[in-house]
Amino acid sequence: MLTYLLKRLAMMIPLLIGITLISFVVIHLAPGEPTDMQTDLNPKASAEMRNRLMERYDLDKPLYVQYGKWLGRLVRLDFGESFAQDHRPVMDKIAERLPITIIINVLSILVILLVAVPIGILSAVKRNSPFDRGTTIFVFIGFAMPSFWLALLLMDYFGVRLGLFPIAGLKDIGHEYYSWPGQIWDYVRHMILPVFVSAFGGLAGFSRYMRSNMLEVIRQDYILTARAKGLSERTVIYKHALRNALLPLITILGLSVPGLIGGSVIFETIFAIPGMGKLFYDGVMMRDYPLIMGILVIGAALTLVGNLLADISYAMADPRIRKG
Amino acid sequence: MRILLVLFVFLLMSCNQQDVVVPAEGEAAKPVLGDTFIEASIGEPSNLLPVLSSDSASSAINGLVYSGLVRYDKKLVLEGELAEFWEISEDNLTITFHLRKGVVWHDGAPFTSADVMFTYQMYIDPEVPTSYAEDFLQIAKAEALDDYTFRVTYEQPYAPALESWGTSIHPKHLLTGQDVTKSPLSRAPIGTGPFKFIKWDAGEKVVLEANLDYFEGRPYINRIVYRVIPDASTQFLELQSGGLDFMSLTPIQYATQTDTPAFKRNFNKFSYLAFGYTYLGYNLQKPIFQDKKVRQAISYAIDKQELIDGVLLGLGQAATGPYKPDTWVYNAKVKRYDYAPEKARQLLDEAGWVDHDDDGIRDKDGQPFAFTIVTNQGNDLRTKSAEIIQRRLKEVGIEVKIRVVEWATFLKEFIFPGNFDVTILGWTGGPEPDQYNIWHSSKTAPRELNFVKFQNAEVDELLEQGRRTFDQAERKQIYDRFQEILAEEQPYTFLYVGEALPAVAKRFRGIEPAPSGIKHNFIKWYVPASEQKYAR
Repeated sequence: MLTYLLKRLAMMIPLLIGITLISFVVIHLAPGEPTDMQTDLNPKASAEMRNRLMERYDLDKPLYVQYGKWLGRLVRLDFGESFAQDHRPVMDKIAERLPITIIINVLSILVILLVAVPIGILSAVKRNSPFDRGTTIFVFIGFAMPSFWLALLLMDYFGVRLGLFPIAGLKDIGHEYYSWPGQIWDYVRHMILPVFVSAFGGLAGFSRYMRSNMLEVIRQDYILTARAKGLSERTVIYKHALRNALLPLITILGLSVPGLIGGSVIFETIFAIPGMGKLFYDGVMMRDYPLIMGILVIGAALTLVGNLLADISYAMADPRIRKG
Repeated sequence: MRILLVLFVFLLMSCNQQDVVVPAEGEAAKPVLGDTFIEASIGEPSNLLPVLSSDSASSAINGLVYSGLVRYDKKLVLEGELAEFWEISEDNLTITFHLRKGVVWHDGAPFTSADVMFTYQMYIDPEVPTSYAEDFLQIAKAEALDDYTFRVTYEQPYAPALESWGTSIHPKHLLTGQDVTKSPLSRAPIGTGPFKFIKWDAGEKVVLEANLDYFEGRPYINRIVYRVIPDASTQFLELQSGGLDFMSLTPIQYATQTDTPAFKRNFNKFSYLAFGYTYLGYNLQKPIFQDKKVRQAISYAIDKQELIDGVLLGLGQAATGPYKPDTWVYNAKVKRYDYAPEKARQLLDEAGWVDHDDDGIRDKDGQPFAFTIVTNQGNDLRTKSAEIIQRRLKEVGIEVKIRVVEWATFLKEFIFPGNFDVTILGWTGGPEPDQYNIWHSSKTAPRELNFVKFQNAEVDELLEQGRRTFDQAERKQIYDRFQEILAEEQPYTFLYVGEALPAVAKRFRGIEPAPSGIKHNFIKWYVPASEQKYAR
């Protein structure tokens, strides 16, 4: 097991370098430069000052030199300094955005699991019943509905008309002056709409997946055996079938690890949540290469780790794979 | 369980303090201190050191935290801010600023001419990545004569010089001997302005507080909060729910969506012409646009009032040149191109563009009269204008295609290499009429602003003269002629000047609309004690 793990980890290094190389080349292929934002169509900026900026950022050097320098810094875990006008270390910029993105994503996955798994099981058990059909329609509406539209409708109704929830942001203006339970409640109130909107769109995938897993398992011989033994339907479904049907979810959860740090631009923009999606989008629009590369590297590393985790936990959960 | 429920209700009550305040009419107009003003910004400020930032969010905050030597008053005339007064020498080469005494930085250190000197040196320092060096590179010599006298001498008379000293003055004692890009001040600025920086929650908000030592007296409002809300629809919902006190409305919001009794009860709306105009610019290097008659014909064929009604919902004016209609430099007597399709057809006939093959499109030497309007993505007003223009030009026999491209690609692949026929873009200006960088024939290199490649010897001379002349009456003559030539030549079809459409919560009093807008006396805005909403 240990050698397998080490082998997998060692294989990740060339893969990661390959990913960074391709990303680096691709983002430099896009027209425009980080200096453009400050200098283009700005009557007060001269050509000379543009060159000064180019030199400062090493943009006048050939691409392989730029990549070499970047990689050299990366090995020392230094993502460099953002090209944006704040010139802050990329690490700081990511670090201040990461927690909120992870919190919202974790909450939303929890909500999805709590809602989608039971829906999936029940739809499979009561296949083609009105419940099955009803929930199918419901989850697909969630899947198909544009999240920004839903968000705006909810904000208008709950925020403006009913005044029940705050519309955007993470905390009230007077947040600091609340008592600590007040502060927590303030956070919760601000989270309800965003988490609901982000979870609603994800219900379809998980519940349909759960449903088909369950249907698959129910058809197996050992379920027939269990029923033949005279076990109650409850025990058959929740003890014998469910455990096996849950197994493939591990893979899906592993694959959603990189998704934990990836925010959605549209969603964050609408709710004014300072998350990773907006950071990345702004970075791309400004051609802020160090920031883009920083986020891509973290994303790539997490994808690889997520895959590894999924494989390992699957092996732990399923003796057939462990021993086979 | 019951305890929990009680706690829950208690929390609900303690946090729900966003009560709607209904202002009483005709209240005693005696300014009082207090309350918070909440404004939103589409983007997060990039850097709170003015020398390094060029985005509007940073500028809005920096404008309140820092001060310049001079500033525009409500009538758009330069007045002293950190400078008490100034003298300009006979030959127009030297400006001597006499600085205000007793001004202190927000950290308590005294403000002196050394700070001005330091600011000047920082702007021209090649190591400092600023986009604003140009104005200061015109200076031959700068001297601090004593603690409160600062003198600059220019190579040549330079009329925009005085305006350029509206630049924020930076604190020498906090920045000297450092790499400016690494200064903590970029996240926590220290200035001499009416508001002090308190805190910045990344991606969320910036909080400012009244500077009790401000040299013109403390602002009545206690605090300003800039919330970062990247989506315009969300901003509008926040405004309606009371989460914002100020917002610049879009034409559609102003005209239709704010007409409700609830909105009118809680907000005052203002409208005034904004600095800046939208234009249709011709690539003068393309043979079809080299004939003046063709450009004039297109200008006649476009109904500008229709654009204003359709795109701006009537909230704007037709543009006739590069200047805002209510400023001293604006020339109202230039040739106008009001909608006249007959004139357009006649001019096109004269230019040799006739529909020989009867397909509805004019042609000349076998070439149909067709071109593409390219504009940038993300500006809905421009795209809509392009569509309306497309239809009008079709009526006079010109076929137009529209292409909308992402901003960086748009500049890099289309505008700067001269790889476009016609573009719709806008310029934002200010009270200073110098237009050298946009119209002078020396500014046609790649990446420079005269990308339509307009070349006119008389305009060149006028622009050079205008820069060297200080007397306003003389400048007026120069720029009047400049506007006449542009109107005759039509290198752009000047389309429209939009209006700024701010909405302000009704509890704020003391707002005086003026040519410069409504924010000029912001430190005198106040909220009557009975209507104050935020205790801290």
